[in-house]
Amino acid sequence: MKVLIKNGRVIDPASGRDEQADVAVAAGRIVAIGKVPAEFESVRVIDANGCIVAPGLVDLAARLREPGHEHEGMLESELNAAAAGGVTSLVCPPDTDPALDEPGLVDMLKFRARKLSLCRLFPLGALTRGLAGEVLTEMAELTESGCVGFSQAEVPIRDTMVLWRAMQYASTYGYTVWLRPQDGCLGKGVAASGAVATRLGLSGVPVAAETIALHTIFELMRTTGARVHLCRLSSAAGVELVRRAKAEGLRVTADVSINSLHLTDVDIGFFNSAMRLSPPLRQGKDRDALRAGLADGTIDALVSDHTPVDADDKTLPFGEAEPGATGLELLLSLALKWGSEAGLGVSASLARVTSAPVAVLGDALGSLAGSAGRLVEGGVADVCVFDPQATWSVKPAELKSQGKHTPFDFAATGTALPGRVKATLVAGTVAYQFNGER
Amino acid sequence: MLSRRNPQLNRHGELIHLLSIEGLPQAVLTHILDTAETFLSVNEREVKKVPLLRGKSVFNLFFENSTRTRTTFEIAAKRLSADVINLDIARSSTAKGESLLDTIANLSAMHADMFVVRHGESGAPYLIAQHCAPHVHVVNAGDGRHAHPTQGLLDMYTIRHFKKDFSQLTVAIVGDIVHSRVARSDIHALTTLGVPEIRAVGPKTLVPGDLSAMGVRVCHDMAEGIRGADVIIMLRLQNERMSGAMLPSAGEFFKNYGLTDEKLALAKPDAIVMHPGPINRGVEIDSSVADGTHSVILPQVTFGIAVRMAVMSIIAGNEA
Repeated sequence: MKVLIKNGRVIDPASGRDEQADVAVAAGRIVAIGKVPAEFESVRVIDANGCIVAPGLVDLAARLREPGHEHEGMLESELNAAAAGGVTSLVCPPDTDPALDEPGLVDMLKFRARKLSLCRLFPLGALTRGLAGEVLTEMAELTESGCVGFSQAEVPIRDTMVLWRAMQYASTYGYTVWLRPQDGCLGKGVAASGAVATRLGLSGVPVAAETIALHTIFELMRTTGARVHLCRLSSAAGVELVRRAKAEGLRVTADVSINSLHLTDVDIGFFNSAMRLSPPLRQGKDRDALRAGLADGTIDALVSDHTPVDADDKTLPFGEAEPGATGLELLLSLALKWGSEAGLGVSASLARVTSAPVAVLGDALGSLAGSAGRLVEGGVADVCVFDPQATWSVKPAELKSQGKHTPFDFAATGTALPGRVKATLVAGTVAYQFNGER
Repeated sequence: MLSRRNPQLNRHGELIHLLSIEGLPQAVLTHILDTAETFLSVNEREVKKVPLLRGKSVFNLFFENSTRTRTTFEIAAKRLSADVINLDIARSSTAKGESLLDTIANLSAMHADMFVVRHGESGAPYLIAQHCAPHVHVVNAGDGRHAHPTQGLLDMYTIRHFKKDFSQLTVAIVGDIVHSRVARSDIHALTTLGVPEIRAVGPKTLVPGDLSAMGVRVCHDMAEGIRGADVIIMLRLQNERMSGAMLPSAGEFFKNYGLTDEKLALAKPDAIVMHPGPINRGVEIDSSVADGTHSVILPQVTFGIAVRMAVMSIIAGNEA
């Protein structure tokens, strides 16, 4: 289908392009930015007057709950949520049920996502079978099926020998290992250690749970040469360790969730289970360091950490509630909010959810590596059109995701969020358009 | 984030639930203590009943086993002429897989007027207060490590009874503070009532440094902790602390932090010794202290009934 996106302000963080221009799309690719050929006959015109035309967002962490947790989210509902959030590519962790540890499961997931054509799906394979931390998965086979890296999701490997072997093996083939830096024994609490957890009588996760894991990972990177992506940094001390590791030249990248970037443990209030998250929300100084780390590039990417949780698992006492919050539809707004609060331009804010996460994925994206997360002539037409002036209020019932729980629920915050997605194109097809039209 | 109204108070600042002492104004605490004082005489009468809760149904919901606290709540409710229903949920519905809120919905349908809740998870009574019918009142009878507000209040009653004035006191709380809901409620109550020095005494595994954020002086040395104290509150040491690598043995704990006559001599000559019970003789407290002249452990139990009567009658009289 030929689509013409007219009168928008085109921002491409990767190239620094920022100009009023029309964008012409045909056969899934961007055929022209600016000078649209006179003979271009569009089937569909999207009026982007007053809007920003940006690369589709790339989210490095979104749970789709398939297979296994369909009561909490379905591929279709969650990919619709992605499209509504302007997300055109997402990486899903392997903590499904069963875990993504066999090529067949990955094939099925990719096949079903392709049929929906709402968002590109890049699964992470399980690093160990069943995420049990004992036996390695068939990483080469899983890569052939489309896995872009290997992860333990939220399940730390307790046996350092297994982690060492897994990193050795992955590095043999150049696969990236995605790890949540959290010590399995120290990380069992339900809130971050500190004054709030102490006052509320909630079991704590000390900062050392993150820093010990980081030290271990970095030491094993030095001996194995493995490339590691660190998922969901949560502490100031963690950011500092990553900064030093990068200065040393270790091949490491990192991300932070929208929740840790905007919230602290004080937001738990009177045991609000919407704030039950993993990693747990830490203190103000940690949030400040995460924000600074994202601004200076120590942290590469901002992720939604989208985790649909159904009401039965959230309306429980804080410690028993399932961790996680919906996020795909909030990622753009919370990136913009952070950027404006940090005094960065729109382009710099968008970079953390477009070009930077693509750089994290690197060669694993294959032929897409050159144009995903970017707006280039001849590149794939994954586009997000949004109104930067419009604000919106997060109302759970209006979210497309089956996950309705979010700390940013308007009823709790009383604050509207900036940036409203008007249209999302995936491979040149309109996957979402505001006002109900698809 | 929006600042939320304290869920225990209605728009007029009146107490409708008792979930935690934290955030309650001094006037509310004093009102409860004053009301308890009037009930103390009821408990000494031949006919120990007043009709304040006549026709009301009080449900004791104990998701965690407890004999003592449940019994004192039952006595308090009965002396207020309420109908009391005891549900030992630790052994019934949740064992069959019913969710907490389903249990609450079912009991609400039986026209409960008040839930007295004990639960192993910190914050559970908040969830119940949020989801029960507006006319239903919730009393927290102990949630996880978080709060045990009626114990805190009866401790304050006891201190006021023996010491009259809070403003000059030094209070030492000794033992397993990090796991203790009693300690947290005591600390909030003592700071609200204006006690100038509160000490938390124990080893670092049981008294972590960040407790100081609650307004207490952290002491790891017993002598330093109880020297010159007017009030010593000993906490019960659970056996789990040994298996959880918090302590090597009960014996070593007793040697360092157990209250003996010798250590008690460091406190003020007229110091009182308190304990929420049940006591472990020879673990946190020596028998000669528990049974000695400084001990007010049994008066605490007596006052506990009057304080619980006061709490239940006050919240039942306020509308959401």
